[in-house]
Amino acid sequence: MATVKVGLGGPLRSAAGGRSEFEVEASNVRQMLDALAAAEPRLAPVLARGVAVAIDGEIYRDDWFRAIPAGAEVFVLPRMAGG
Amino acid sequence: MASKSSSSGKARDYRVVGTRPVRPDGIDKVTGRARYGADAVAPGMLFGAVLRSPHAHARIRGIDVGRAEALPGVKAVITHRDFADTDAALRDVAVNVMARDKALYDGHAVAAVAAVSPSVAARALELIDVDYEVLGHVTDVEAAMRADAPVLHEDMRTAGVEPAPTTPSNIAERVEFGLGDVERGFAAAAVVVEREFVVEASHQGYIEPHACLASIGPDGQGELWCCTQGPYMVREITAAMLGMDISKLRVTPSEIGGGFGGKTTVFIEPVTAALSRKANRPVRLVMSREEVFRATGPTSSAKMWVRMGVTRDGRITAADADLRYQGGAFAGSPVSFGAMTAFACYDLENVRVVGYDVVTNRPKQAAYRAPGAPLSAFAVESVVDELAARIGMDPVDLRLRNAAREGTRTAYGPRFGPIGLVETLEAAKAHPHYRAPLRAHQGRGVACGFWFNFGGQTSVSMSVNADGTVALAVGTVDIGGSRASMCQIAAEELGIPYESVRTVVADTSALGYNDITEGSRTTFSTGMATIHAARDAIRVLCARAARMWGIPEDAVVWEDGHAKPSGANAGDFEPLSLADIAAVAGKTGGPIAGHWEFNAENAGPSFATHLVDVETDPETGRSTVLRYTVVQDAGRAIHPSYVEGQYQGGAVQGIGWALNEEYVYGADGRLQNPGFLDYRVPVASDVPFIDTVIVEVPNPGHPYGVRGVGETSIVPPLGAVGNAVSAASGARQTHVPMSPPRVLASIDRLAEAAE
Repeated sequence: MATVKVGLGGPLRSAAGGRSEFEVEASNVRQMLDALAAAEPRLAPVLARGVAVAIDGEIYRDDWFRAIPAGAEVFVLPRMAGG
Repeated sequence: MASKSSSSGKARDYRVVGTRPVRPDGIDKVTGRARYGADAVAPGMLFGAVLRSPHAHARIRGIDVGRAEALPGVKAVITHRDFADTDAALRDVAVNVMARDKALYDGHAVAAVAAVSPSVAARALELIDVDYEVLGHVTDVEAAMRADAPVLHEDMRTAGVEPAPTTPSNIAERVEFGLGDVERGFAAAAVVVEREFVVEASHQGYIEPHACLASIGPDGQGELWCCTQGPYMVREITAAMLGMDISKLRVTPSEIGGGFGGKTTVFIEPVTAALSRKANRPVRLVMSREEVFRATGPTSSAKMWVRMGVTRDGRITAADADLRYQGGAFAGSPVSFGAMTAFACYDLENVRVVGYDVVTNRPKQAAYRAPGAPLSAFAVESVVDELAARIGMDPVDLRLRNAAREGTRTAYGPRFGPIGLVETLEAAKAHPHYRAPLRAHQGRGVACGFWFNFGGQTSVSMSVNADGTVALAVGTVDIGGSRASMCQIAAEELGIPYESVRTVVADTSALGYNDITEGSRTTFSTGMATIHAARDAIRVLCARAARMWGIPEDAVVWEDGHAKPSGANAGDFEPLSLADIAAVAGKTGGPIAGHWEFNAENAGPSFATHLVDVETDPETGRSTVLRYTVVQDAGRAIHPSYVEGQYQGGAVQGIGWALNEEYVYGADGRLQNPGFLDYRVPVASDVPFIDTVIVEVPNPGHPYGVRGVGETSIVPPLGAVGNAVSAASGARQTHVPMSPPRVLASIDRLAEAAE
């Protein structure tokens, strides 16, 4: 597993008490989300409700087994919805 | 059509994609044969009706249904006690469907009846005695944020502020997005513009009111026929609220008379199902237009502040915004989307957006095309327009100078992949509309818009029929012409005529789970599933041909609708058409089908630039739209007429919101205009022909390059019309809708200030 720098946007940042960046050990989305919840338990319920994950500019849902390449730019964002 | 070659994959010549065949649902719709929600009937059917709170905010001390139940012809009366307790994730939806301890807005459902006729049902509603303790109410977003405001939810604490509050508030959450250092950015600006804006709530205004027929039997199995954007969503929420297994409930979506996001949740569906279960008879419930306005989801309304700075040569150095969105009686306004989209059209080093999600005594907001985005775009595009004027720069040029491009970092974090904003701006600038002369009291407005788009869970199934035609079952409701687009995609892949494919929207028992038709996802996601399902069927077709020829499967290729030997070494056989193979399927291994189930990802965002000319009467404040042009990136237009239709529809709805549409609440907290006479949507005579330009910058995340187009089209109109009315009237418009009295007042204020 590689070290992944994860940026948090909006409600995720709020849930983490205003902290906008975490470093976690992960090679896929599930590991990254689990590590975030472990590092900041206040994030756990927000992550459990469903989020979007941006990896190198591509926005995915919380697609557990999506690989996170080494050095990828990762952000956790509110889950996308729409009309 | 402006287009740019794909950055991924080789160029492809399309045979069916990009053409404009006749829609398969057209005859049904123009002849009245199409079956909408309220057309569903069942033997022995009862008629449902809902009792709604006349109060904006009231504690429900008790509900006595005894007199109603005793009325001859009444077969069931229900309240919240007839629903299972749902988990936290569904609680707000469930409480919105049927009030529990409090009525939270004018129109909130408190009880429902099923009776042998609509008149008996109406009489029964009058016999339900609700003991209300009327409470103070608040319908304005800023009033709701004040410390002394009536509190809707005693357990609501504002999330996202430190230290965590210990007292209740109507502010559900504070969110923040941003990059860089805005104060440093403003220090580098030559011109700074700062303004406050208000956008009132509008309704999606779909033609078809919500309707549902439910039949739940004593064995606990049931069916719903209803008008919805998401039959699987209806099934799962209704099953949870009734305490049923998902497998016991089958939902068949009707033809849909518009949704625009307003039918992405439930209102009457669980109520109808609970009535049917209690009455042990089929029950149909159809909302009146008044109920639709009072008790379904309009948009948020918002109070916004935006500040932006620019250098003399047109580089935007900083952008700052404060967005306050009320989303009705429950948390969940789309303020985060408003914040994320606000500055998405611009490449900014220093940007900050703070948003507040606020509850008020109004109906729970529902999605409406690009939820949250048109409001913040109105504020930002107005300020950008003013910045351009202040530095003497053309407003399109200022946008081009600062436009988001591939690699631009967004205020919410990620960088954009290939996007088409610059192409839309260039096409708008080159359009004859942009150079057409204007007369006195006329003004031209330009504005840009962005929406994320998304993919989601999708499942399709394709069957090859004995005569060589193909049946395609999809699980996404067709709101914008997706059946035609799916027929085109299947025909393209299989190499057969468009007319040989029939696409039907299946019920929930026929396919795996499908997410709602929302987020501009259907042509993208269901289209991609259809491509893969067709390729799955082609693998079977090639395998059958191989067996018929007695050669290995990998020695067969599919070209132009035929199985062919892959080369001279494979053997010399006459190609077999899809129909040839289908005709003998029963003798070569059985039915031939293809299917695909996946979570569609990599939906590319769509950007747009809109141009509008408006004439504003200085004596009445009335604005008339003279000319309108939509330029938008579709990635790849499958059926260009439907793409144009989405562009035109979004523009018209945006024009309506910009100039007329508004929820008006009285001092008593009651909605004053719950009908189309007092809530005025544009009719054909109100708008000119909406011209369209389809830009195609392919989305690398889709085999054909498709981007969703259904939502971006409503993002720019408020700003574009606002900029046009500001130019025509001479008074900067900051309050949507720009109705005649509001515009007249702005002109009068300007005249007073000049005196």
